[in-house]
Amino acid sequence: MRWLWIDKFVEFQSGRFARSVKNVSMAEEQLRDHFPGYPIMPNSLIIEGMAQTGGILVGEAQGFKNMVVLAKLSRVDFCDAALPGDQLTYEAKLVELNDEGAMVEGKAFVNGRPLATAEILFGHVDRSGASAVLNGRYASYRQELTHLLGVPDRAADATHGTEGALAASAAGPS
Amino acid sequence: MATATRGEIFDKVQNTLVDALGVDADDVSSESTLSGDLGAESIDYLDIVFRLEKNFGIKIPRGDLFPENVMTDPQFVSGGKLTERGVEELRVRMPWANLDRLKDNANVQDLFTVEMIVNYVETKLSNN
Repeated sequence: MRWLWIDKFVEFQSGRFARSVKNVSMAEEQLRDHFPGYPIMPNSLIIEGMAQTGGILVGEAQGFKNMVVLAKLSRVDFCDAALPGDQLTYEAKLVELNDEGAMVEGKAFVNGRPLATAEILFGHVDRSGASAVLNGRYASYRQELTHLLGVPDRAADATHGTEGALAASAAGPS
Repeated sequence: MATATRGEIFDKVQNTLVDALGVDADDVSSESTLSGDLGAESIDYLDIVFRLEKNFGIKIPRGDLFPENVMTDPQFVSGGKLTERGVEELRVRMPWANLDRLKDNANVQDLFTVEMIVNYVETKLSNN
């Protein structure tokens, strides 16, 4: 399974806002055990979808020059659940951004209804230090990201950054 | 905001720390240390800076409020204590911090208190 929890971006305003969608399929592995006989999309993976949407927004805002790491979830609230066949929409609004990191307000909707909100803090990691830790493990996500972003030229110009943004989104809270 | 009283600034700083650190308002006093008393970890300092900027409408340059490069420089900090050079450096860099409180404290992290943040914000607002 690839660590991609969004299917595509449907809106992308550089440095400001991004909206993505994710279709929940009964074929997905996580629904087999969560829960047996009663599949529900895990909240943790919905958070990951918001974080990937926000992490790519943050990385792209600085031309992917820094590696972006999901550092902290200050607050997350859920008010509904997502089931197989539902469509999730993730929104990320860039609230703060500097050389050290960024804060994003995330929202999730299920079939257009409010599902969750989150405050997500990202850190910027020096690329030389991060490459030693990540060891290129996320390189295969480049092409998918290019497709997701729908900005092939920009992604091609920032090959390492594309890798970093995905790695960041996939890193999970510390 | 330029006319905010010190009490109003404290209340806003208190709310900021409640949101950033998930602590109770009652736990946040002027003397509270961010790391020791309120449990702040490294990433929390960035969270606090972002929230202060938003809540007070100020810009906080990197390392201005929490000068991490001083705290990790062996010239300035040795064995968790400020060296004489470190004290001199911080007196220049952080005039809003109460360095005297470190005389009896072992850990330089105790420098970061709620009162220090209030002093910093008060200085920033008065310069606006």
